[in-house]
Parts: sequence; C-alpha cells; structure tokens
Amino acid sequence: MENHGREAMARASISFACYTSPMPTYYRPTMSVLGPSMLPTLSITGDVVLVERLSHRLGKLGSGDLVRVRSPLDPNKTLTKRVVAMEGDKVPKGHVWIQGDNLYVSRDSRHFGPLPYGLIEGKVFMGVSNAKSIVSGFVHRMS
Amino acid sequence: MGTPSVLWNIAKKCFTVGVITLTVSDLFASIVQVRGTSMCPTFNPKTNSLLDSLSEDRVLVEKLCLRNYKLAHGDVVVFSSPNNHKEKHVKRIVGLPGDWVRTIYDVVHVPEGHCWVEGDNSASSLDSRSFGPVPLGLVKGRITHILWPPHRVGSVDRKSPQNRVCAS
Repeated sequence: MENHGREAMARASISFACYTSPMPTYYRPTMSVLGPSMLPTLSITGDVVLVERLSHRLGKLGSGDLVRVRSPLDPNKTLTKRVVAMEGDKVPKGHVWIQGDNLYVSRDSRHFGPLPYGLIEGKVFMGVSNAKSIVSGFVHRMS
Repeated sequence: MGTPSVLWNIAKKCFTVGVITLTVSDLFASIVQVRGTSMCPTFNPKTNSLLDSLSEDRVLVEKLCLRNYKLAHGDVVVFSSPNNHKEKHVKRIVGLPGDWVRTIYDVVHVPEGHCWVEGDNSASSLDSRSFGPVPLGLVKGRITHILWPPHRVGSVDRKSPQNRVCAS
C-alpha cells in the first residue's frame, strides 16, 4: 500500500513537471501579457490572455481570430495579432495576413508581409482584465 | 474489482509515459526519418529510385538549439515548409540573418529573423533558391547524428559553404 502511494506521487510529480515545463508545447494553454498594438481590444495595463494551442493544428482558424505567433523578424519574440485574411487571392498559399487592432503602433503583415502558417503558435480564447488586481478582476470572452 | 483497477493502473502508467515522451521529444531530442536525395551524400547517399522505408536514414534531431535560436553556418536543420506548414524539410543553413548569399544570378540579402537554406545535392533540392529565406521560427531542430543505417552511424558535421556568403 505504501509503495502504491509513493508510485502515485512519483507519477503525479513527473506529470506536473512535464506539464509546467517552461518551453511552450502543443497541449498546454499559456498565459501572457502584451504591448499596445492591440488596443482597445487588449490593454497594456495588466491584461493577460489565455492561448490554446490546438485549433490551429486542426485547421480551425479563420479570419477575425486573435492568434499568438512567433515573430518572423526575431524568433525569440512572440506577437499577438488578429488574422485579417487567410490564404486566397491576395495571400499566398500556406500564409496568413495578420494585423494588430491598433494600426498606428502595430508592426504586422503590413511591414513584414504574409506570415507563414507554421509560425502560428495558438489562438487566444480568453482574456483577463486587470489580472494584477484580484479583487476587481473579471473574465470576458474574446469574440 | 480486479480488472477495472488493473486497467486503470495501466492507463495511468501509459498517460505518464506519454507525457514524458512528448516533453522529451519537444524539448530535447527526437528521431526523424529523412526522405529524398536533396541532402545526398550527407543523407541517403544511394540514389537508387527505390528508396524503401528501411534503407532511409534515421537521424537524431536536437531541440536545445531552439532556446535562443543559436544556429551556425553549416548546421543541418529540420524546418516546416513556408508554403505548407504540415511538411517538414531537412536542409543545411548557408546564410544567417544579415548575410549576403551568392546564388547563380544574384546576391541575396538574408533579412533579420530569417535564414538561407540549401540542400547538399544542389541538382535535386527544393530550398531557399525556390522559396526564399526561411523564418528562423519555422526551424524545429538541428540534426546532430545519424542513427541508421548502422554502417553510417556517426555525427553530422557542420560544413561551412565556401565562397558563398559575405557576412555582414
């Protein structure tokens, strides 16, 4: 019986360690904070978004979705932008056109061109406003 | 009482093993089969038309280089194709961000955040000469060793291209 307990603890701690490992992997939603390029949708003061990493692998991504992508200008940075157009007439095959909601300060496909689909890391499905303030925080759905 | 708990135990063990395997293969290293002759003679040197699945090279892909994207000239990398994210290609890095790469007709500048890749077998390789520089974010790993076939087991060397690159 003791062995059982220890084994279960070992299993649980290994799974927990793998699940919370620092590199992003495809089965785990992640949280992150953003800059001003997505105002007024997502604000810079304490908004946190939850990103799920399955939809884009299943092809369930369409224009209008908020996505987290790896920057084509610096692979160590990720960007959060909106998919404005999927592949078609103006966008080459295997690429998408992304833009930030705040066009004045956003660096997006208008600067670096269509984004290869393989750089998409996940879709934003929920945002938490004022994440720092536990008392007045509320959860709102991203459309 | 007997069978369900045995099945549940097996299920729990499988789940743990699955999670560990996924984490290791995402973060550290995985094994990949190389198809095609675009990297001949480094991989698949026998250019017979019937390359059956058993004779194709299996290689070790390490993922630790992806932490800071520290890649060097001559590294052989696995990357998702810019035109089809479901396909993966294996090529050698010829140019890094900021380099000027000499192609047959032209000298191309590799933009920041991108790399220029070419296959070792220039005659039959679809690489940056066709689809342009590849964003480093599409690189999925670096090939360090050949694991199969047994007579070709060994490390994959970094071969820097001669006279092809003027670094910035």
